[in-house]
Amino acid sequence: MTKLTRRSFVASTAAAGAGLGLGLKPSFGQGAYPSRPIQMICPWGAGGGTDATARIVAALLEKDLGQPINVVNRTGGSGVVGHSAIATAQPDGYTLGIITVEIAMMHWQGLTALTPKDYTPLALMNEDPPGIQVKADSPYKTVKDLADAIKAAPAGKFKASGTGQGGIWHLALVGWLQAMKLPANHVAWVPSNGAAPAMQDLAAGGIDFTTCSVPEARAMIEAGKARSVALMAPERAAAFKDIPTLKEAMGIDFTTGAWRGFVGPKGLPPEMATKLTAALKKIYDSKEYKDFMGSRGFGTVWADAAGFAAFASKSDAQMGTAMKAAGLAKG
Amino acid sequence: MDALLLAANLIFQPHVLLVIVAASAFGMFVGAMPGLTATMATALLVPITFFMDPVPALGAIVAATTMAIFAGDIPAAMLRIPGTPASAAYTDESYAMSKKGELDLNMGVNLVFSVMGGLIGVAILILAAPALAEAAINFSSFEYFWLALLGLTCAVFMSSEQPLKGITSLLFGLAINTIGIDPTAGFPRFTFGSVELLQGISFIPAMIGMFALSELLRGAVTVDHQGAVVAQKIGNIFVGIWAVFKRYWFNFLRGSTIGVAIGALPGAGADIAAWISFAVSKRFSKTPEKFGTGHVEGIVDATSANNSALGAAWIPALVFGIPGDSITAIVIGVLYMKGMNPGPTVFLQNPQFIYAVFLIFILANLLMLPLGWAAIKASKQILRVPRNVLLPIILMFCVVGAYAMTNSPYGIIIMLVLGMIGWLMEEHGFPIAPAILGLVLGEMLEQNFMTSMIKADGSLMGFFERPIAATLGVVTVLIWGAMVWRSFKPKSGIIPGLDSPGT
Repeated sequence: MTKLTRRSFVASTAAAGAGLGLGLKPSFGQGAYPSRPIQMICPWGAGGGTDATARIVAALLEKDLGQPINVVNRTGGSGVVGHSAIATAQPDGYTLGIITVEIAMMHWQGLTALTPKDYTPLALMNEDPPGIQVKADSPYKTVKDLADAIKAAPAGKFKASGTGQGGIWHLALVGWLQAMKLPANHVAWVPSNGAAPAMQDLAAGGIDFTTCSVPEARAMIEAGKARSVALMAPERAAAFKDIPTLKEAMGIDFTTGAWRGFVGPKGLPPEMATKLTAALKKIYDSKEYKDFMGSRGFGTVWADAAGFAAFASKSDAQMGTAMKAAGLAKG
Repeated sequence: MDALLLAANLIFQPHVLLVIVAASAFGMFVGAMPGLTATMATALLVPITFFMDPVPALGAIVAATTMAIFAGDIPAAMLRIPGTPASAAYTDESYAMSKKGELDLNMGVNLVFSVMGGLIGVAILILAAPALAEAAINFSSFEYFWLALLGLTCAVFMSSEQPLKGITSLLFGLAINTIGIDPTAGFPRFTFGSVELLQGISFIPAMIGMFALSELLRGAVTVDHQGAVVAQKIGNIFVGIWAVFKRYWFNFLRGSTIGVAIGALPGAGADIAAWISFAVSKRFSKTPEKFGTGHVEGIVDATSANNSALGAAWIPALVFGIPGDSITAIVIGVLYMKGMNPGPTVFLQNPQFIYAVFLIFILANLLMLPLGWAAIKASKQILRVPRNVLLPIILMFCVVGAYAMTNSPYGIIIMLVLGMIGWLMEEHGFPIAPAILGLVLGEMLEQNFMTSMIKADGSLMGFFERPIAATLGVVTVLIWGAMVWRSFKPKSGIIPGLDSPGT
């Protein structure tokens, strides 16, 4: 409450981030879309990878469209809150959002009725495969060593972590275990508040391995506290060339990944969607986007509206199978 | 030393200094606004830092957060609205001081000890970052569980006059903290099918409601009488600081040390540091009975602690890329973007950048003295506003702050409902600080307990198997045992205060 002046109140509204996009009435007859600021909803907290992706894309989209794009974090409820906010917004082109793989998972758990079909897809722009990380001084030198030890151990002896219960990295573990013909609960899952706490627990000796993505494990690996022994992807990652894929190391053809894409609410007018997809394609090809994603170690993939829709429904089916196997799906 | 010179060269550029001063003013404003936190200041700076060089980018974040943590003390003392969660622990004490007419002393103490605590935090960051990070990284869920439990003990210390009411309030905080998605199993609890309730009771709207709205309600029912805001001018805020320092220099050192220790732990930041140091201060005070009446002692501890925790949170962030608090969680992203990948190698590859961060921290803390003084001067205007005008304005700030946190009316509803509850609680002698503490620590406690049980295959002995966990566990059990024992031991007919010294 430093300065109770009019100026500072205005500044505070701007600082609140939401004010700009909400207060202004649409100005009709002012030419082409967009004619006023756009709100971009991010279902995850400020500072995370999804938030960072949303913000860099918003900054570049702003340059291209010539209107301010405000990133608004609607967090909580394991992503339900933000995903719902995007789906229930007016499909007028002034509320967009970034959706993540969780939208293909939460409805199986009964947390929401929303599925990827409840959005107008614009573009898929990122996918990160899970890795398998062990502590630096772990006796398991390769993923095969680890797999053999897991197979030999009684169910529940090995503990793994990387995200919350039923999160994407949990399903990566389940998928890997199933590919090895082991039951889904052969390795106990220790839920965590995301990859960073899980990696810390790994270094502290609290768990045996993590199945988060390699970019999320990177700092610990570079600090010499952890090693990544495999990548659950079709091919090696450009940024981490010395990590073998599961297929190379064990002959197991299981791949999955956490993805992020941009959408509008369902029923977005086609001409707006086409314009946005074209703008996003330009951003995807830009040096700024590539540099940014590269510096964070994030993988880049591109799919346009139709491709993204097909990709999301395939992801949805894969998650459903894995979650039913893990006993996480409701009904 | 070359790196140090290089770093100085990077900083003492006109445009870098300009960025630092501008970010400081921004941080001061954000921190003083209820509901806008130091974390939010950082998040708002991130898109701007995309297009900056590494040094000004990090300088902006360091400067803004340093100011914000102090600035949160200003509305806490003047209006009983903690500007940031880090001020929540001693909001009541500060407000009591200003009701006694000691606002200028309170502001001076908050400013000077924030600066000194911040400097100690930086000093330790510079001298011992790798070693401290090495120690902090060994904390797993077992250790965090005990730490959270120890933190809850603070609630009992803070409400020693009526421990039962304090514990009731704490349990209320813990209970409403269970609303939302279960942090372990991912199962919705008490949400009644509402999407908004899935996100749980957001802490900041709850805090604004319980502290500020309850105070407003109390003011509203007595608005015809002489109000609580004592007409006082802010004279020279630095008068009397030296006397406070001579008397409580040990509290300052202790608070700063606790701040550094808590800050360096991943997942616990300035707010928890303030709670714990405040409780420790009271527990070991020679005059614990003065706490709650506007006593400066605990404020010295806590205001030093939250600023020293801020610098210390960078320790695990720089060395391992593990956030020490929610601010550094964002900073890590910025570090990656600027090609300064966290890890021990960052000290070897880009030492000039790391030194630059250290120098900016020092600079920002020194800058806090004049800027903080100006902010206090500016905000004293608010005390001249008549109460019947001031109360609605405060309410408006509460509403804006609560909305800003969730970006939806849900935050306002939480603020209003918990404000009503807080008012009713205080009217009946239930302290509200323990309820806030329950909200702060509830998830940490629950999640670490559950994950520990999963790791230990359901065996409670797991909590004593690791050396640090065992030590923390024994200490906690002894403290709790002593408190229970003492409360059952009859002493001249009355139940003795749980905080009387000596075990």
